Amino acid sequence: MSDADHFGAYDGDDGEEKGDAQAAHGEHAESEGEHRGPVGAQGNGPPGQDGVDGVDGPAGPDGGGSAGGSPGRDGGHGPQRPGGDSKGPGSRQEPGGPLPIPMPRSSVEDTGLPLPDPPPAPLLLEHRVLQSLLGAWALAACSPEETAAVEDHLGLCGACADEALRLREAVGLLHKPESLDLDPRLRCRVLEGCLERRPPRIPVPDWAVPYDAEAARLDALLQDFGDAEWHAPVRLHWFERDKATSRRTTVAKVIAHLLAVDGLVAVALGLDDPLGDITAHAQTPAGRTEAFWREAHFPHTRSVRGPWREQSHNLVRTVSFAGGRSGQLSVPYGDFELPLRDAMLDRAFECWMHAGDIADAVDYPYEPPAPRQLHRIIELGARKLSHTLAARRQAGLAGPGRARHLVPAGAPGRSLRLEIEGSGGGEWLIPLDSPGALASADLEVAHVALDGVEFCRLAAGHVSPLEAAAGQNGDREAIRDVLFAAASLSRM
Amino acid sequence: MADRDAPPRWDRKMQQRLARGEAAALGELYDRFSSLVHALAYRVLSDEHAADSITREVFAHAWENPDAYDPRQGPLRSWIATLTHRLAVRRLRQTEAAALAEGGPGSAEEVERRVRRASVAARADYIVTAMPAPLRAALDLAYVQRRDYRQAAADLDVTEDEARRRLRLGLQLLATAHDSGPSEAPDDGGGR
Repeated sequence: MSDADHFGAYDGDDGEEKGDAQAAHGEHAESEGEHRGPVGAQGNGPPGQDGVDGVDGPAGPDGGGSAGGSPGRDGGHGPQRPGGDSKGPGSRQEPGGPLPIPMPRSSVEDTGLPLPDPPPAPLLLEHRVLQSLLGAWALAACSPEETAAVEDHLGLCGACADEALRLREAVGLLHKPESLDLDPRLRCRVLEGCLERRPPRIPVPDWAVPYDAEAARLDALLQDFGDAEWHAPVRLHWFERDKATSRRTTVAKVIAHLLAVDGLVAVALGLDDPLGDITAHAQTPAGRTEAFWREAHFPHTRSVRGPWREQSHNLVRTVSFAGGRSGQLSVPYGDFELPLRDAMLDRAFECWMHAGDIADAVDYPYEPPAPRQLHRIIELGARKLSHTLAARRQAGLAGPGRARHLVPAGAPGRSLRLEIEGSGGGEWLIPLDSPGALASADLEVAHVALDGVEFCRLAAGHVSPLEAAAGQNGDREAIRDVLFAAASLSRM
Repeated sequence: MADRDAPPRWDRKMQQRLARGEAAALGELYDRFSSLVHALAYRVLSDEHAADSITREVFAHAWENPDAYDPRQGPLRSWIATLTHRLAVRRLRQTEAAALAEGGPGSAEEVERRVRRASVAARADYIVTAMPAPLRAALDLAYVQRRDYRQAAADLDVTEDEARRRLRLGLQLLATAHDSGPSEAPDDGGGR
C-alpha cells in the first residue's frame, strides 16, 4: 500500500479512509482473538454505541465495530469526512475553549492539486505509521522525533487530528489504580441484607457460615498479591508434644496446605480429592499436606488460589444442599474424626489463622472474624478441650488431678471456668475429670480468663501456654493442664 | 482477573442458582463482583459509604430479581456493571439535586455536568477492566509505569508495531466511554 498514492489522489480523505479500512482489516486478521474482547466489551459494557459521538470518532469505534460487522459505518461516513471532521473536535469542546490540537485541513487539498512535499522534518514516516503512533503519542510514549512528526502530520490530516483529539481525551480517563480495599465486613452485611429481603430456599447452614466468611476474607487478601507476595516466606507455628514447633514455607504453599486439608471435608462429602492421584501416607492434615507439597504436578504458585477458592465455594454449596442435618456426618481426619459441623468450624479457624500468618508475612493488617463467627470458633475450641484433656491424661501428659478415678458419665465433676473476653466471647465450664462428667459450677476449682483472639492464638499454637495472657485463679495444675490442652489442639 | 474469562455457562448457572434461592450462590456472586461494583460506585460517588450502600443495592437487586438478567443478552459481569452504573449515577444526581435544592452552590447545569463527568469516568474504568488483558497491560506500562512504546514492546515481548497497535486500540476503546448510553438517563432503575 502506498500512502503517496492516497495523498496524491484528488480526494485525499477518501484515500485515507481506504487506508484506514485496510489497516483495520489487517489488524483483525492478525488477532481475531483479541478483537472478540473489545467487541464484547463494547456491545455489552457501556451501552449505546449508537450515540452521536459513536460515529464521529475516526477509527475508535471502527476498530471494534467493523469486527462486529457494521461496515455501513465506515462506508456511510467516509464521504462526509470533511464536514464531520471540522465539527468533530469542535463539538466536544466547551464553547470558546481552546483547541488543544490545531484545526486540521489545509486549503491545498481543496485545490485538487497534489499535496506539496511535507515541510522538511527530521523524520519522514508513512501515513500508516503516523496513524499507528497516535496511541503512543497521546500517551506521550514516543520519541521526540516521532512526536514532532506526528504533530506535523496532525496539521495536515483531518482524520488523524480528530482521532488524536479523541485519544488524548481518553488518556484523561486513565488513572493510577487506587488501592481501595473493600471492607471485608461489608460482605456479611450485604448478604444478610439480601437474605432478609428474600429468604433463601437453600440457606447456608449456620455452622458453615464462618467458613464461607473466612474463605472470602482470605481470598480478598490474596486478590492483589503479586509474585513476590506469593513466594514470600511464611513461618507456620504449632505445638507438638507440648513443644513449640515451626516450619518455614511460602504463601502459595500455605494455600496449598489449606486446599489439601479442606480436601478431607471435600472427600467426606463425595467431592473430588484435590490431591488427585497423589497418595498420602497418612490421611491426616499433615500427611496430606506433605504429600501435596512434595508431589504436586505443578510448583505451588499463585495458580493454587483458583483451585482452593473453587473447592471452598463447592464445600459451602454442597453442605447447603445437604442441609443443616448433615452436620452430624463424620469427617475422618486420619487419627480422629469430627462431625461435619465441627469440621467446617475447624476449617474456618484454620483459614483465619493461616490468613493471619500470610498477612504477617506480607505486612498487611488482618482483623479477627466477626464476633458471631468468632464465637462459634471459640465454642468449638472450648468443647474440644475436655476431650483433649482426657486423651492427654490417658497419655500421661496431664496430671490426674485430685480425683484419682474417672467421674462416671453424667455425674458432676471438678470443673474449670473458662472465661473468654471480648466480642464473640462467653463462659464455658470445662469438666476436668472426664469428658462425660457434668461440668459443675459447685465443683469449680479454677478460673481462667482470656481474650478471645488470644485463646484462638493459643489453640493455634501461635502463643505458648506459659506466655498466653491469661488471668488465672485457683488450682494451678488444672489451669496448666487446660492451657496445654488448648495449645495441643494446634497442628500444622 | 480470572473472572473476566469465565465462560457464559457460569453466568447461566449462576442465574439459575440465584433464581432457585441458593444463598451460597449469592455469596459467590458477591465474591466475584463486589470489587467491581464497589469500585465503579466509588468512582461515580467519591464516597465510601455511598459506594457501600450502592453495593448493597446492586446485590439486593440481583438477588431479588434474578430473572431480570437474561444470559442471552450478554455476560453477567456487564449486566452487573450496567446496573451499578445506573444506580450510582441516579444516587449522585439525587444527592446533588438535593444539595442544590437546599441552597447549595452551583446550578442545575453544573450538577448535570458533574454527573456526566462522574458517569464517563466510571464507564471508562469499566472499559479498562473489561478490555483484553494485552491492551490493558500495554496501557498500564505506558501510563502508570511511564514506559515509552519501545520499552513497552520489549517488556511485553512483542514487536514495536504491535505495541503501538495495542496502545492505540486500547485508547480507542477507552474513548467510547464518552459515548452516552441509556444508563446515563434517569429511569426507573430496573435491571435491564
